Amino acid sequence: MGDTTAAPRLGTLIIGNCQAGVQLASTLRELGDTDPITLVGEEPHAPYQRPPLSKAFLKGEATADSLAFRTHDFYREHSIDLVPRERIFRIIRNADGGVATAESGRTFAFARLALTTGAVPRTIPFEGSELEGVSYLRTATEATVLEQQLREARNVVVVGGGFIGLEVAAGARAAGKNVTVLEAAPRLVGRAVSEQTSEFYLQAHRRRGIRVVLNAQVVRFVGEHDRVTGVELGPRDGDGSGEIVAADVVLIGVGVVPRTELAVQLGIEVENGIVVDARALASDGLTVAAGDCANMPNPSIGDFGVGRIRLESVQNAVEQAKVAAATLLGLPAEHRTVPWFWSDQADLKLQIAGLSGGHDRVVLRGEPDSEKFSVLYYRDGRLIAADCINSPLDFMAVKNALHRGLSVPADVATDTTVPLKKLFVAVETADAGRAVAAPVAVDLAPPAVPVPAGSPAA
Amino acid sequence: MPTVSYVAFDGTETIVTGFAGDSVMETAVRNGVPGIVAECGGSLSCATCHVFLCADSAGLFPPKLDLEDDMLDGTAIDREDNSRLSCQLKLTDDVSVHVQTPETQV
Ligand SMILES: Cc1cc2nc3c(=O)[nH]c(=O)nc-3n(C[C@H](O)[C@H](O)[C@H](O)COP(=O)(O)OP(=O)(O)OC[C@H]3O[C@@H](n4cnc5c(N)ncnc54)[C@H](O)[C@@H]3O)c2cc1C
Ligand code: FES
Repeated sequence: MGDTTAAPRLGTLIIGNCQAGVQLASTLRELGDTDPITLVGEEPHAPYQRPPLSKAFLKGEATADSLAFRTHDFYREHSIDLVPRERIFRIIRNADGGVATAESGRTFAFARLALTTGAVPRTIPFEGSELEGVSYLRTATEATVLEQQLREARNVVVVGGGFIGLEVAAGARAAGKNVTVLEAAPRLVGRAVSEQTSEFYLQAHRRRGIRVVLNAQVVRFVGEHDRVTGVELGPRDGDGSGEIVAADVVLIGVGVVPRTELAVQLGIEVENGIVVDARALASDGLTVAAGDCANMPNPSIGDFGVGRIRLESVQNAVEQAKVAAATLLGLPAEHRTVPWFWSDQADLKLQIAGLSGGHDRVVLRGEPDSEKFSVLYYRDGRLIAADCINSPLDFMAVKNALHRGLSVPADVATDTTVPLKKLFVAVETADAGRAVAAPVAVDLAPPAVPVPAGSPAA
Repeated sequence: MPTVSYVAFDGTETIVTGFAGDSVMETAVRNGVPGIVAECGGSLSCATCHVFLCADSAGLFPPKLDLEDDMLDGTAIDREDNSRLSCQLKLTDDVSVHVQTPETQV
């Protein structure tokens, strides 16, 4: 140990240096925090965007460098100590701070702690999972391998018909591969969208030449010389049994699980993610958590009792991280905003505004076969969400309507000759007043709210 | 090298040197220029990279396509004739670009 004359000033340790972690660090600085900030993560790259990994990256149109969120100068100028390649495995803490230890043995002392540990792909222990050519997609490292494999592949199988699987499938098909999507459920993207949207994607992908097998039961992966050659399916109604779908590349995209091991170790409440309140504060009242790892109260304006939710989206990671940063500094902020999401599948742009959970009515605006339409979700006669396919005008209109606590009556919403935004009306439900008056999400986006006098940063 | 000047709603100017091929949005976000959020990272899905392109810079970029035009209809601050989504404005060598950022993006 060298000479330590004065104890170093402790600051914030952020574990997980991706979307939420970078936002949290940036917002702390925007809010005027001058204490040290350490942003630690296990990946070898500077923090980067994940969404293009299943889109532009696989087409060779992006690299890990081109996807970086910030320049190295940014971290330096803002005194954010970026530490890649360190996996934290143990944290000891008390009310005043603590120490996190990485597998390398390096330790990180902190006064404040944020967990932005994200999620990892759900794995399925199929026989043959270890074969070369079978992969998951979460990191730039995985995407780099997948991109090379896809370039040489003829037959591509995607296990799981969710957003990431369908994005990869659509890209591979557009590049001329034979593509099969195997979905265990009776419909595509069942977790996130209505039956109408699922059915649209089924037809649209089939039109483009993708083979989609619903109710598919994967038995095992088969291979030769340690390389995958096919996927064996179980028997299906009226479809024989034991089919082997040829595959040079298999991508497994069956969802993700939140990374909660550090939270568990800290004794923090965990249930489908780190349980946090609307201020992104965990059950110990000290630690904040944000992004894919966090399970929070439903952030929708006009929460229809959908309860708690864990959202896996850029927008959520960004908004929640801003709230978490404010909370760490003792500033008031509450996560309450209109969630939104997008997915680009070849030439099909999906934009989702709001959360459709708890809807009791679905209205189609436009004709699905035209590949330009929207699915509007209602509850108690009030618009709560929309899936917009190649319809950015509808998307922007719905997002704005929800933000302002407005609705569009279901009986006129089907009229595609009138722009949706001309159809907005005030909501005439019992809680309309509450919805409009509800604290809208803190907008800490620049230009940042001035830091109130008396706050730790002032 | 290209440079971009971002004038915020309150009049503060930030000038950043960028790289040909990068967009006006990427140049802002990577350098932490306030006023541009860019949640979708440039995939024309969020309209939180809205800028007003100054007259002297108008000729530096190709006109907008339909999708950008549609997205501009929903920006947080209403669009003007010189509104663009900055993720669609790709820098070329040695240009000097002037934009203004709106009061808010969300
Ligand atoms: C291929 C792909 C496509 C996507 N497309 C879209 C899209 O189109 N639209 C959209 O809205 N969202 C999309 N998403 C989701 C979006 O990327 C995530 O919601 C977002 O990245 C969440 O950010 P996060 O910071 O919470 O978590 P993550 O991005 O998972 O980051 C967490 C980081 O923490 C690190 N970490 C975890 N534990 C430790 C530890 N103990 N020690 C050190 N480091 C640790 C991890 O290595 C990781 O780098 C996509 C995701 C993927 C993978
Ligand atoms: S960054 Fe999202 S539309 Fe430009």
